[in-house]
Amino acid sequence: MAQHVEAASGHAADHDHHHQSFWSKYVFSLDHKVIGLQYFFTGVALGVLGALMSYVFRMQQSFPGQSVPGFGYVTPDVYNSLITNHGTIMIFWFAMPVLVAAFGNFLIPLMIGCDDMVFPRLNRLSFQIFFLSALILISTFFVPGGGFGGAWTAYPPLSAKAAYNMTPWGSTLWVVAVALEFVAFLIGGINFITTLMNSRSPGMKMYDIPIVVWFIVIASILFMASVGPLVAGAIMLLFDQQLGTAFFDPTRGGDPVLWQHLFWFFGHPEVYVVLLPAMGIVAEVMVVFSRKKLFAYKTVLFTAIATGVLSFFVWAHHQFISGIDPRMANVFTVTTVLISIPIAEMCFVYIATLFGGSITFSTAMLFALAFMAEFLIGGVTGIFLGASGSDIYFHDTYFVLAHFHYTFVPIAIIAVFAGVYYWFPKYTGRVMNETLGKIHFWGTVIPFNLIFIPLFFLGASGDHRRIYSYLLFPDSAKPYLQDIRIFATYALIVALLVQVVFFINLFWSIFKGKKVDNNPWLANTLEWSAPSPPPHGNFAVLPNCYRGPYEYSTPNRAKDYWPQNEPV
Amino acid sequence: MASTTIAHAPQDDHQGPHHGPGFYVKIWALLMFLLIVSILGPMLEHPMLTLITAFGVAVVKAVIVAGYFMHLKIEKRFITYMLLGMLAMVGLFFAGTAADIHRLQGTNWVNVARFQYIEKSLEEIKKLGESGEHH
Amino acid sequence: MATYAQPIATRRRASGIPTGRLAMWWLLGSEIVIFGGLLMCYLLFRHSYDHWHVAASHTNTVFGAVNTFVLLTSSLLVVLAHQAAESKQGGKAFIYLWLTIGGGLTFLMIKSVEWTMEISKGYTLPSNLFWSFYYTAAGIHASHVIAGMVAMAIVSFDVLKGRNLQRVELVGLYWHFVDIVWIFLFPLLYIAK
Repeated sequence: MAQHVEAASGHAADHDHHHQSFWSKYVFSLDHKVIGLQYFFTGVALGVLGALMSYVFRMQQSFPGQSVPGFGYVTPDVYNSLITNHGTIMIFWFAMPVLVAAFGNFLIPLMIGCDDMVFPRLNRLSFQIFFLSALILISTFFVPGGGFGGAWTAYPPLSAKAAYNMTPWGSTLWVVAVALEFVAFLIGGINFITTLMNSRSPGMKMYDIPIVVWFIVIASILFMASVGPLVAGAIMLLFDQQLGTAFFDPTRGGDPVLWQHLFWFFGHPEVYVVLLPAMGIVAEVMVVFSRKKLFAYKTVLFTAIATGVLSFFVWAHHQFISGIDPRMANVFTVTTVLISIPIAEMCFVYIATLFGGSITFSTAMLFALAFMAEFLIGGVTGIFLGASGSDIYFHDTYFVLAHFHYTFVPIAIIAVFAGVYYWFPKYTGRVMNETLGKIHFWGTVIPFNLIFIPLFFLGASGDHRRIYSYLLFPDSAKPYLQDIRIFATYALIVALLVQVVFFINLFWSIFKGKKVDNNPWLANTLEWSAPSPPPHGNFAVLPNCYRGPYEYSTPNRAKDYWPQNEPV
Repeated sequence: MASTTIAHAPQDDHQGPHHGPGFYVKIWALLMFLLIVSILGPMLEHPMLTLITAFGVAVVKAVIVAGYFMHLKIEKRFITYMLLGMLAMVGLFFAGTAADIHRLQGTNWVNVARFQYIEKSLEEIKKLGESGEHH
Repeated sequence: MATYAQPIATRRRASGIPTGRLAMWWLLGSEIVIFGGLLMCYLLFRHSYDHWHVAASHTNTVFGAVNTFVLLTSSLLVVLAHQAAESKQGGKAFIYLWLTIGGGLTFLMIKSVEWTMEISKGYTLPSNLFWSFYYTAAGIHASHVIAGMVAMAIVSFDVLKGRNLQRVELVGLYWHFVDIVWIFLFPLLYIAK
């Protein structure tokens, strides 16, 4: 057998025995699981920071001019930099590292049955560059002029000239941090793609790969194919800021709309870069907790590829009012509405998977179901914005803001919680507390809707996204509108407080949770055949793969699951 | 499974035949010839011909380097498709952006600032030319 | 820090391509989009600004052509290094690798002489959008040349001892890519006037 030869010639045996210090085990580790944890905790720490920022600027909106408890007075420039960095952090330093890097690092080698990533040292380098970029971003709050305040899209000329944005250091360091972050994920992405292509366990064919692994790798490819122009654009913007070039300065021949194209050529596929891993996590959770084969595996896979391809053709719908040519607006309206087809198809396939299954409403499953329900609202409201005619009225209002939070919160928060509750036993050998988990679930999902449904109404009544104080504008300062703003802010505070339950549950369960065996959910995929927690090297004997990942409730079998590594 | 053995076969880097140093020197000579063509092309002072000798030859040179020096010809096919896919992304970016950046006016819009920049630049060039004549 | 042991994953090759080469191809794929994006930005402006040919006429075709010659020749040298490595002749590969590094150095020296001449004439990075693109594109390319030279120097000493011979091919692929980028930069910046 091939794997015995591998184990003998390999190093799996000498992995787990030598004593390692804290530094080499947790800080400079080469183990993909530890690097995944590093990404996870760095991402979550920054995510908490971003969430607290939203508390500060929501309070300023609801009670303008008053001191925010725990922060103090919010000046307009601080308000701008808080909004900018909330967006930047949540997309680039929370959603990306947690969904793609953390889950990718942890899941890919385990689920395809090999002992590590193909390039462990490159993997560590990727995290170190990412960590450096996070430090640079945080440092912008402490440099002269404060953090960058030109919105997370950094449109020039505002972002290109210190005379306009008043943050000579903040804007430059922002660009540097974002560019470094891209480099980190490019390195990580190459590692993911190569690992999946080359290191699958013997016998694992194209359609035996778990959906979540497929989706994370497709997301890495999307990222790689879309980020290039923006890397070049970041260098151009940096030169505009510091060396006096005029790439984006119309008075000297440049064009600010060029940056918008560079940014959104990456920025829109980026939505699918984070959506696909989330969809993958949800697929794994749903299949296991409804004890049914994933409905139409190949359809799901090719739909995801189609989504990825289409996602490159829609970017200019972010620029309908930026002065782009109206004929291009027609094209991009059609493609934007087209992309709802594969996504809707995927939702139908997931519902078909649930149909007729024996469903267990565990916390992970509840989060997975909530993802579907909430993302649906996000998708449907997107149609108003994808059609260029209506977008002219909705653009840059709270309607847009509520729309993309209805897509990003299910992706980056609800699906991540589903994944954490589901794979926690593999990381620790213990399960998380279900009662606390359900309190956390309802306490997250209900306030989330109470935050953003009011914002749809505010947007429809014309509230612009980037206003420091609505009381300065008579049309927006009407008392009932202000009441809606205050209501949404209270819902936000409740949602933030409920997250404390999650962290208590997480850290309590790591040390005191109920112990379980290697496969508590009776799942098929290969990671559940490894010990919990898996040692460095993952498997005692590297597994072979004999069948697809979703053989549940197969007729004429005693057990309702059929692990991929069981020969018969 | 058949793939258990195939997946771990130790060698078999390239499927095709291997060439001697002479072959690569010949390819290099061909590249040198193309380089000379691309340098001499503009001397014919025919814009269309310059375009072909400059960019057509560049594409040919790139294909030769990729095909023979990088061994893309005997590499697995999907690598070529992947690289072409990435090139298609570049083309897509150009196509989607050209309507706004490449052109200075279109349906119901004119990029006034950039027209002014062209006028200003042409004046500067004229001035430079005049001062050059005085010297 | 624990000593590094290569995982089994690195040695598997389900795709039929060795892991290192596969990763290198993906790296080059991502580089295509980076350089492609920059060159497309240049082209978008180049077409709408006819008057740029005045600025472009100040670029020195001779320097550009000599540099193309140098890079193409160094590409030949690195493919010969790869061939030597494949027939397990580490010493020969070492010599070819250092000849290639020499080619890279020549390229950079010519480049710096050229840039010094242009800067002394007053054509600097911010002086005009054409020059901005000229220095940015050539500068990013030059940084890739330097990276390739450093990688080759690191690889060469292992190769001399007969270890990790497959890495010669990988740095070679990277070097050829840098060469191809220059093949496109040459007509874009020097010939099309």
